[in-house]
Amino acid sequence: MADVQEFTLRLRRYDPESGEAAYWDEHTIELEPHRSVLEGILQAKARFDGSIGIRCSCKAAICGSCGVRINGQPGLACHTHLDKALASARDGVIEVEPMGNMPVIKDLIVDMDAVHWKKIRRVTPWLINKEPVPEREYVVPRESMVDVTQSMACIQCGACVSDCLSMEVDPLFVGPAASAKAYRFVGDPRDAQQEERLRDLAEDPHGIYDCTHCFKCIDACPKGVAPMNQIMRLRRRAGSDHGIDDRNNGHRHEKSFVTLIKGYGLLHEAELLPRSYGGDSWFGKFHPNAGKVLVNSLPVITKAVLRGKVNPKTAMLGHKIPKADLKSVQRIYDKVESRDERLELNLYISGYDEDAPGAKDETVQTGTATDAQNIASEYGQPGQSPEGSPSR
Amino acid sequence: MKVAYWPGCVSRGFTPELHGSMAAIAPLLDIELIELDRGNCCGAGVIAEHNQELADTLNARTFALAQQTGHMMMNICSTCQGSQTECQERLDANAEYRAIINENLAEDGLEYTKGDTVNKNLLWLLVEDYGLENLRAKVKRPLTNLKVGPFYGCYIVRPEDRLGIDAEKPRDTYMSLLIEALGGTVIEYAGMHKCCGFPIITMNETASLKQAGTHLGDAKDADADCLVTPCPLCHLNLDLQQPLAERVVGRELDLPVLHLPQLIGLALGLSPKELGLNRHVVKPTSVIDWSTAVVAGVGAGEGGW
Repeated sequence: MADVQEFTLRLRRYDPESGEAAYWDEHTIELEPHRSVLEGILQAKARFDGSIGIRCSCKAAICGSCGVRINGQPGLACHTHLDKALASARDGVIEVEPMGNMPVIKDLIVDMDAVHWKKIRRVTPWLINKEPVPEREYVVPRESMVDVTQSMACIQCGACVSDCLSMEVDPLFVGPAASAKAYRFVGDPRDAQQEERLRDLAEDPHGIYDCTHCFKCIDACPKGVAPMNQIMRLRRRAGSDHGIDDRNNGHRHEKSFVTLIKGYGLLHEAELLPRSYGGDSWFGKFHPNAGKVLVNSLPVITKAVLRGKVNPKTAMLGHKIPKADLKSVQRIYDKVESRDERLELNLYISGYDEDAPGAKDETVQTGTATDAQNIASEYGQPGQSPEGSPSR
Repeated sequence: MKVAYWPGCVSRGFTPELHGSMAAIAPLLDIELIELDRGNCCGAGVIAEHNQELADTLNARTFALAQQTGHMMMNICSTCQGSQTECQERLDANAEYRAIINENLAEDGLEYTKGDTVNKNLLWLLVEDYGLENLRAKVKRPLTNLKVGPFYGCYIVRPEDRLGIDAEKPRDTYMSLLIEALGGTVIEYAGMHKCCGFPIITMNETASLKQAGTHLGDAKDADADCLVTPCPLCHLNLDLQQPLAERVVGRELDLPVLHLPQLIGLALGLSPKELGLNRHVVKPTSVIDWSTAVVAGVGAGEGGW
């Protein structure tokens, strides 16, 4: 067993009711390096200051109670070893703060109700049964549930909410945790209102198209839920499967981008903007919505052209790759788009080849899953292997 | 050294000064650029959002073209780095999947081989392959007293696992190392690893500009003379849109934003004009004042611009 060591914790203290400003408090605790930051905080509380506020329960990364920021990074206090935390400390002291984007109740305890749970409730976090409800249990192909496994791994700790950069500037954003929860039902074949759920989240100005693609929630999540990937899957379902042209230009932007790359091989920025607002065709820029935006951004465009930043010729005509290469890009489009179902690989479920060296031969011998079965169409539908996965 | 050079779309479209400044510094650094002018858009995460297989095949195509050169691939765009690495992660993870993607490429006689593509942003390449000592030796005009705030762009710092960021390769600190190697003063500020807001500019303009404006304001408050970014998309929101961002955050910002090769070029002795700094929306007055002051100080011949 490893020897007991000294670790110094710098804890953010704040009591809104006291009227005093927040301050830092340092305590040196003694524990084995593999013990958790949570155990360190609890020791400080027991030995030095019983008034330290921390919420915790299971100490095993299951209950999701002890979400905090450690050295600026969100995570679970019970799931972070002291030696690892020390390694990422700036000055040899492990810094623990309450999570962000939520009001502090006391010290390391934040108000999850005010933000996190409110947003979870906003996405109707329960199954809406298809009618008629079967007399006995609902039978679904086992494999279809694989599709939602990743979002089901969420323990509602709020780490992703804490550091969401969209929520930082737009507190109304539905956010990563609630979006992952929404996908859990949108992806469930038993749910009766998948399209309604999608339309709701696509049309909401603070819904799925308000995510800024910053990957913060992917790094924050202690359970590998990758909420941003679930948001992208919601967008795919909303836009491509249900053709929802939302009022936020989300789907139009995506469609225009994809079409322009097919037409040019490279991005034609000057066409992308008006099409995102006005519609995915050359005529998009003449749509009133596009006109409004163009007028608004005219001063910026004029400045850019005057300063030689934007060359009017490239801006109008765009840049293309050589003809033969453009053909090859278009062939790729045609081939991929001719498939009946989208092909996706979710590494959360399939894992990496290297994870199990030699496993491939073994699986062939034992007749269980092969790699091929790990690649599945997006829907967890009949014909898909149990290991088959829809993707990130 | 020779690299298979992937400039991306935006460096040849709305930020031509980026492509131009890279071309200007490459010979000074003895880096030979084999331009992948047959390569296609990385999809910037948007194509992957639409259809993963399409994004993976398109990027596998660019990787395959890079592999034909026999040299490592270098990009100058955080967003290209992130989107391409995401596709590469899937291509490398699963042999069966790779075979399907390669089948999509077969008609053009292209093939992606696992292990043959090393794709690094200029920033990573300079620190890990070129070496900061080498770079330091090339500096003609150290950025003394120029206070530079780094702005990375999300795609080049997250997710950490996928991008290979760890204690051994602290790629999220490389900009500071580089600025120091060029003789400049690093200004660290709250928003340097945050999002510029560009991806939602057409979906939620206020939130998008608030992000850009907030980070610019934070850097300004930390006393930065300018920002430097390896991402042309961040540059669009931080520079091109700065006048609009000022309106949203209700304060004057007037903070010049440089592309990474431009900052390097200044230290290598190129003039602001040669680096296309005159093409920015926000006039890089502070940087030009600095460069003319330095030139006047050492009595060199050619002035700023």
